[in-house]
Amino acid sequence: MIIIDTDVVTLSRLQFALTALYHFLFVPLTLGLVWMLAIMESVYVMTGREVWKRMVQFWGVLFGINFAMGVATGVTMEFQFGMNWAYYSHYVGDIFGAPLAIEGLMAFFLEATLVGVFFMGWDRISRIKHLLVTWFLALGTSLSALWILVANAWMQNPVGAAFNPATMRMEVTSFSAVLFNPVAQDKFVHTVSAGYVLGSMFVLSISAWYLLRGRNVDFAKRSMTVAASFGLAAALSVVVLGDESGYSVSLNQKMKMAAIEAMWHTEPAPASFTLFGIPDVQQRTTHVAVKIPWVMGLIGTRSLDETMPGIAELVDAAKGRIGNGIQAYDAMLMLRQDKDNAQAKATLAAHDQDLGYALLLKKYVDDPRQATPADIQQAADSTIPNVPVLFWAFRIMVGCGFYFIALFAFSFWKASRRQLDSQRWYLHLALWSLPLPWVAIELGWIVAEYGRQPWAIEGVLPTALGVSSVSAGQVLTSLGGFVFFYTALAIVDVFLMLKFVRKGPDGLGIWSPAIAAMPSGQH
Amino acid sequence: MFDYTTLRVIWWALLGTLLIGFAIMDGFDFGVAGLLKVLGRDNEERKVLLEGIEPTWEGNQVWFILAGGATFAAWPMLYAVSFSGMYMAIALVLLALILRPVGFNFRGKIHDPRWASLWDWVLTGSGVVVMLVSGVAFGNLFLGLPFQFDDDLRMSWHGGFFELLHPFALLCGLVSLSMLLAHGACWAALKADHVIAARAVRIARWMTLVFAALYVLAGVWLAYGIPGYAVVGPVVTDGASNPLYKQVAPGGSWFAGYMQYPWFWSAPLLALVSAVGVQALIGRRSVAGFIASSLMVGSTIASAGFALFPFLLPSSLDPHSSLTVWDASSSRGTLQLMLLVSLVLLPIVILYTSWVYRVMRGRVTLEQVRKAHGGY
Repeated sequence: MIIIDTDVVTLSRLQFALTALYHFLFVPLTLGLVWMLAIMESVYVMTGREVWKRMVQFWGVLFGINFAMGVATGVTMEFQFGMNWAYYSHYVGDIFGAPLAIEGLMAFFLEATLVGVFFMGWDRISRIKHLLVTWFLALGTSLSALWILVANAWMQNPVGAAFNPATMRMEVTSFSAVLFNPVAQDKFVHTVSAGYVLGSMFVLSISAWYLLRGRNVDFAKRSMTVAASFGLAAALSVVVLGDESGYSVSLNQKMKMAAIEAMWHTEPAPASFTLFGIPDVQQRTTHVAVKIPWVMGLIGTRSLDETMPGIAELVDAAKGRIGNGIQAYDAMLMLRQDKDNAQAKATLAAHDQDLGYALLLKKYVDDPRQATPADIQQAADSTIPNVPVLFWAFRIMVGCGFYFIALFAFSFWKASRRQLDSQRWYLHLALWSLPLPWVAIELGWIVAEYGRQPWAIEGVLPTALGVSSVSAGQVLTSLGGFVFFYTALAIVDVFLMLKFVRKGPDGLGIWSPAIAAMPSGQH
Repeated sequence: MFDYTTLRVIWWALLGTLLIGFAIMDGFDFGVAGLLKVLGRDNEERKVLLEGIEPTWEGNQVWFILAGGATFAAWPMLYAVSFSGMYMAIALVLLALILRPVGFNFRGKIHDPRWASLWDWVLTGSGVVVMLVSGVAFGNLFLGLPFQFDDDLRMSWHGGFFELLHPFALLCGLVSLSMLLAHGACWAALKADHVIAARAVRIARWMTLVFAALYVLAGVWLAYGIPGYAVVGPVVTDGASNPLYKQVAPGGSWFAGYMQYPWFWSAPLLALVSAVGVQALIGRRSVAGFIASSLMVGSTIASAGFALFPFLLPSSLDPHSSLTVWDASSSRGTLQLMLLVSLVLLPIVILYTSWVYRVMRGRVTLEQVRKAHGGY
């Protein structure tokens, strides 16, 4: 029996959260910006107008700085499972490893190999070929997101796998179930759309700044038009698919849904949506709640008569599953003594989907079979995630989403009337909205991953059991190293971004009125 | 399609292929970075060297990522035990790798010699760390690592970072360093301006000599000074992946496999013949010289993998916990699916990678660097 050090669990979680949130500052911008580059370059190839090529090159410089940061911080993610989550890697590697490996083979190879040609191949290949490189680069980044989210969706909704007592791990039973996991579909579209919104906002805000300064006017207006149209489509998609995502969460992660809503008890159908309130964890109630009738029931169940379970009812259900889990655990131990024990096999087969619930008890008692009712109550209570954090993170994220629709719709309307620079307040608004997509995206990660706690794999493996046999000192050292390096790199990254934005297409010699005046074909 | 035993052998070979792919493709980037200050005497010369690897290094590094991902998918226990056990060593490699993408991108973004020099040192340092630590880690596989499993197959590790620094492991680190510096020098001889290429040829020759001497020394040490491990009792090659089902005894020789399968000798022989090939070819026909150094890198890794077979990761603490090809893999279904995916996708990867190398072919000259502004 190996005692799990709770400091190692806390520090490993902190390190994973920090490195993932940090990585996720750069990835969405890569995801979004690369499609804008693809659109701009397509216009260039179709019209032959030089300005569009120069737009690709200027936004490409910023893309390159960001891409490097995304790659640098992504390396950590691929190896951290093995370093800090060794038991997790053993327990679910049979399923979880596959999409990660396929991501490398199908997507990351493509984008990483082509990015060099994108930057350095302008004079070496034809226009059409370069355009194809850009399109495949964009495709690679989105495919990359697809496979990562297939892996992540399996953590939220572990379909197509079963526990094997001989190998003490989960093994694949159906790859198509893993691949076509409904959660994966929703998450993929929701996440890449969020990236597209962020990329659009990036271009919109920086272009607005040029217009406020009266610099690169023609250049900035065109960029803004692309950003407004792409951004509007993306913002609509992110909200609609966010709703879809909410629906699929309500199907398989009822506790996460109840925590997001701070729904302490089951309400009569259709449940109301709490617009505002102060969740009180001690009293298990929400103070000064402002509720909109029916809305939650409609989002969560798409019906008027289905109820959505509240937190108290879900804790009760968890107690039942812990009871079943203990039976499965007992059967597993019997099979270890005698792998042909038919009765144990039957018991395990009947309850193996609740085995994870018995593992929740390991935090309180060495042998789950010895658990007291008090241990079981504690373990059942531990299935409640941090309600206030989820409640607020979700509301701010959704609020941002609706704001993006409004801002991009207004931008689109102004762009179509060719009045982008007619009102300075609008340009200021566009400029100062720049941080909002990052806020929404990071909060979205928190809702999805922090809301999954206490599970690493929902219902299958508690997070605390997933850690490695390392010392707290080791994790603290690596965490310190990451924090130091990441902080230093963040400073350099922001410094370089600001430097190149300030220089602008004019200062970098990428665009000037003189180039604009030249007839096409003479650049 | 295939039975479990065959799939395991195929995935053992594929793991080797990915490691070799990583060492050949990413290896010359590390080698060039490690020699940056030796081969490049001023900022412009170093720029020539960096521009020789800039368009392709990012794709090359994916071999490393993929080797990690494929190990996770096909050999989850190997992935879990090695990365968590050698925690500090892996953390060091990761920190070094984090600096590379930004180093390449940020170096040219501010025109100040001190800024460029800072990143030159960063790239050199990170290259040397990765080359050295990978070799030390590999060397430790022959020594056995201090881990064991409990009945839940939860691994516990009973050792620290400094215990990895056994003299034999350090020698393996130097083998790796000299091998990849030679390989990097061969790339520079092929890609850089003639002034720099001439220097690179000399270094490639010296480094292959150093490599060959250290490699032979490591082989002799392994034969006479490092005891091997052997699976005792019945060997089940298609059973459940549970290391505790078998018995392992320390003692014996790491060359037992070489005695059993004489064709294994082709790998170390090819490594030494290729080292001679580099000597002979690199000055006159740099492409052939680079191919020779690639063969040298590939066959060196293969020779180490052959010696370990069927072990992936022997345990010095509790030999029964050792990971072997027969008990550390994924399930049959996963191995089968991943093989199918690899068979479809790897040729495509190789196809577009070759296209990119063709597009970016040709020497990077000093004149080019002086004229160009920017890069990326």
